[in-house]
Amino acid sequence: MAYKRNVDRLPIIPADAREHNVTCHYCIVGCGYKAYTWPLKKQGGTDPASNKFGVDLSTQQGAETEAWYAPSMYNVVKQNGQDVHLVIKPDVNCEVNSGLGSVRGARMAENRRSDITGTQQQRLTEPMVWRYGTWQPTSWDDALDLVARVTARVIDKDKEDDLYVSMFDHGGSAGGYENTWGTGKLYFGAMKVKHCRIHNRPAYNSEVHSTRDMGVDELNYSYTDYQVADTIMLVGTNPMECQTNLFLNHMVKGMQNGARVIVVDPRRTVTVDACEQVAGAENVLHLAIASGSDLALFNTLFTHIADQGWVDADFIAQSTYQGDVAVAEDAAHPAALGSFEAARAACKMSLADGAKITGLTEDQIRQAAEWIAKPKEDGSRRKTVTGYEKGIIWGNDNYRVIGSLVNIGLATGNVGREGGGVCRLGGHQEGYFRPSDAHVGRPAPYIDQLIISGGGKVHHIWANDHYKTTLNAAEFKRVYNRRTNMVKEAMDARAGATREELVDAIVGAINAGGIFSVDVDIIHSQIGQAAHVILPAVESGEMNLTSMNGERRLRLVEKYMDAPGSAQPDCIIAARLANHLERVLREGGRNDYADQFKGFDWKTEEDAFMDGYNSGNPEVTYERLRAAGNNGVQEPVKGYENGALVGTARLYEDGVFTRHGREDGKALFCMGSWRGLQAPGKAQQQANHRFLINNGRANLNWQNWFLDQKNDFVMDRLPVPFIQIHPDDMAELGLKAGDMVEVYNDVGATQALAYPAATARKNETFMVFGAPNGTQGNVINAGTNELILPNYKQTWADIRKISDATPAAAKASYKSWEVEL
Amino acid sequence: MKCNRLVDVGRRQFLRGGVLGVAGAAAATVLPAGQAKASPALAMVDYPSTKLGNIADLKVDEPLDIAYPDADSPGILLKLGTRVEGGAGPDGDVVAYSVLCPHKGFVMSYAASDKTLNCPGHFSRFDCEKGGQQVWGHATQNLPQFALRVDDKGDIYAEGADELIYGRLSNVLQA
Ligand code: FES
Repeated sequence: MAYKRNVDRLPIIPADAREHNVTCHYCIVGCGYKAYTWPLKKQGGTDPASNKFGVDLSTQQGAETEAWYAPSMYNVVKQNGQDVHLVIKPDVNCEVNSGLGSVRGARMAENRRSDITGTQQQRLTEPMVWRYGTWQPTSWDDALDLVARVTARVIDKDKEDDLYVSMFDHGGSAGGYENTWGTGKLYFGAMKVKHCRIHNRPAYNSEVHSTRDMGVDELNYSYTDYQVADTIMLVGTNPMECQTNLFLNHMVKGMQNGARVIVVDPRRTVTVDACEQVAGAENVLHLAIASGSDLALFNTLFTHIADQGWVDADFIAQSTYQGDVAVAEDAAHPAALGSFEAARAACKMSLADGAKITGLTEDQIRQAAEWIAKPKEDGSRRKTVTGYEKGIIWGNDNYRVIGSLVNIGLATGNVGREGGGVCRLGGHQEGYFRPSDAHVGRPAPYIDQLIISGGGKVHHIWANDHYKTTLNAAEFKRVYNRRTNMVKEAMDARAGATREELVDAIVGAINAGGIFSVDVDIIHSQIGQAAHVILPAVESGEMNLTSMNGERRLRLVEKYMDAPGSAQPDCIIAARLANHLERVLREGGRNDYADQFKGFDWKTEEDAFMDGYNSGNPEVTYERLRAAGNNGVQEPVKGYENGALVGTARLYEDGVFTRHGREDGKALFCMGSWRGLQAPGKAQQQANHRFLINNGRANLNWQNWFLDQKNDFVMDRLPVPFIQIHPDDMAELGLKAGDMVEVYNDVGATQALAYPAATARKNETFMVFGAPNGTQGNVINAGTNELILPNYKQTWADIRKISDATPAAAKASYKSWEVEL
Repeated sequence: MKCNRLVDVGRRQFLRGGVLGVAGAAAATVLPAGQAKASPALAMVDYPSTKLGNIADLKVDEPLDIAYPDADSPGILLKLGTRVEGGAGPDGDVVAYSVLCPHKGFVMSYAASDKTLNCPGHFSRFDCEKGGQQVWGHATQNLPQFALRVDDKGDIYAEGADELIYGRLSNVLQA
């Protein structure tokens, strides 16, 4: 039986409940929600005067009503030390989602920590240090003193290469402008740490270097462009699941307005099905290409479009580079960049060759080209908006593929224009404001491999979990467990020693090859099991937090509840760590170096915001963002007029391209020719293993699995990560639905439950990524592109049954995900 | 647009369900006699016992439109043909669910092909053989299932629900 909450009724929000602006902190879309709080011993009533909605709640409300909330939208939390009711429900007035909630965001309230209802007891509440063979709770000062003393032993002025840092760079969640600035000012301001990486990848780099090098920021449109486009092109992205309300509230409206859709994806996703439901199958072109052949497809499309003359010649002449090669191919640029004609020559690919490599027919490619670029009867531009994400970002030949896609947008004049844009759909929201990272270099150091080969002595981790979400994960875990255990053993051996003696023992162990690990997170994560110091952080809503979404919409989430226990915002933790480092360095007589750690006297997250983001954007303050509400303002903010912040709906409307920093303002084309499977080891893996292990996210938990591992509704549905397999393949492997399989190849093994998918192609599976109990990264080899972008999608392995379904998995439904109407 | 057409179908079904449900449910809502007296509030919602139909009326995969706990809450009474956990009746295969999608309240339709309820709103679907588990979708709860009791005559009564029904903050509406 499915999990049921058996909630028969909910407390009614009283008319005078407090109201807070909330942007959902899970995915990049950033749906608007409202958080309502009121005292625990008060309640609203059914008559219109005594509830927040002003409606008669003793009667049934209709579809899409504002006056209903699910049990998942309710909780009891602490606010200023008092227990209060909390309802977090979608905001009908937010332009992003117009009152729609997703299966993730509409569970925000339930996924808050509550001592009354018992939810999310996994949240960290106290700092902990490794002592007497386990983690013991301690004070912030004690924990930070230990971190500062050990760290100070391995760093010095201009010698910071032994400090490794894994730090998130995103908005939403526990990120945001406050926290990226807090950590950024510490590691890139006070220090110049070179050995660092980002939350989801093994280096400190852009995921989309090429589009930036071409002058085109990856978030250049407004979501409303989907509503007025003639054609929506979706590449390696599955927005019905991963940007749900961008799909439902904008793309669906576009289709209802007559847009056709092209989906490039080896897999038939629920996005394809939903597009067919809305637009009719005749208006949806699913290009199920051979895995990793995107570059061949885009170069063929680019060639064909140019050959037909379906290009925007004026735009190319005025807004793009007019020479030959502007930037040569080198170690930092996996392809040369230059003019339209230079790219045409470099990327040239015939329909026949394109069809052969992609597995499509020439007609399919021809039709796609028409839908993308063929001018309309009256000669006007076909408005084509393009969204892409991990299918190519974490796919074969990242730099060239993204470049080749942007080529098409530029050639057809579909950047900076209404109904256009070539944008990533994104993961988290953004919220990046940091001192320059130029000292890191490009290509950036491959941190996870360096750690495997013994690099690093002290490791500061800010909301990263390499154990669940890195490639070559099995090897990483083996080495990291060994190296951190060396330090744990040294600490255990000196139980009862003074702080000085303990620090000496730790330093001895790290000099012998160990690594001292400090984990800042909201839960005790898997990599946190290896840590020696654990520092509890807060999430959005437990602090005020600013972020921008996938159309650069900046909003402030207003703090609506207390932090769990003594947890702190990351920016404040970073500031306190800086304070302790300054003190310890001064005590050691290193005054020069200690001076670098001044400027961290923030008391609140707003102090960090003013010190960071506001210094570059002086019009933007908390007060003004509060007034801007859930619609916020689209960055860049241009001014403040008539009591409102003035933003920018769409970038590059003036035809001047700036992201590459070129003074001429001209966009560049990418000259990347097709070169097969680019990353080391991929072609060999394909030759040696039967199944493609395509991988990605699932609607239910894609940006919130860290909380959902303790959410009954989610774990009831997906107790174990799934792998979708064609029923015929399952029969051959002797599998029943729900059986546990092992996925194994030359780099490692992992487990998943077999989920039959009649829509899958034979020998092509899809495994969900990021699970706590089946790490997909165990079977991803270490091969990356030249700029250290991981290549998850091109992975091959074999599959065998290891067990019948787990008892929990045996109860779940294994029916098709495609709606039957 | 195809989508809108489907939405219309959903709305028509809602009306049909509502009309059919009126007689039985209205009778049920008049019944509780205790309401006339001033009685202390109870800790639990007091569900009516409402007759939905008789075992003899049911054919496999032909859901009956019902309404429970009152006329404004449409649902289906369904004979699955295979015994399921939580199934009622002599064959353990009779179930009843709300058909208001717990996402945004659109009225869902039954697909006999794989025994699911499907939503024209945003394409969520629920498994009638698994207690209304959401197979895929946007709702943050599984489908409210109505607890059934079958008496000696084969009459089927609904006597409770296990999730909050869309559009009401109390499963049994109260002033
Ligand atoms: S109302 Fe059913 S899926 Fe949205």
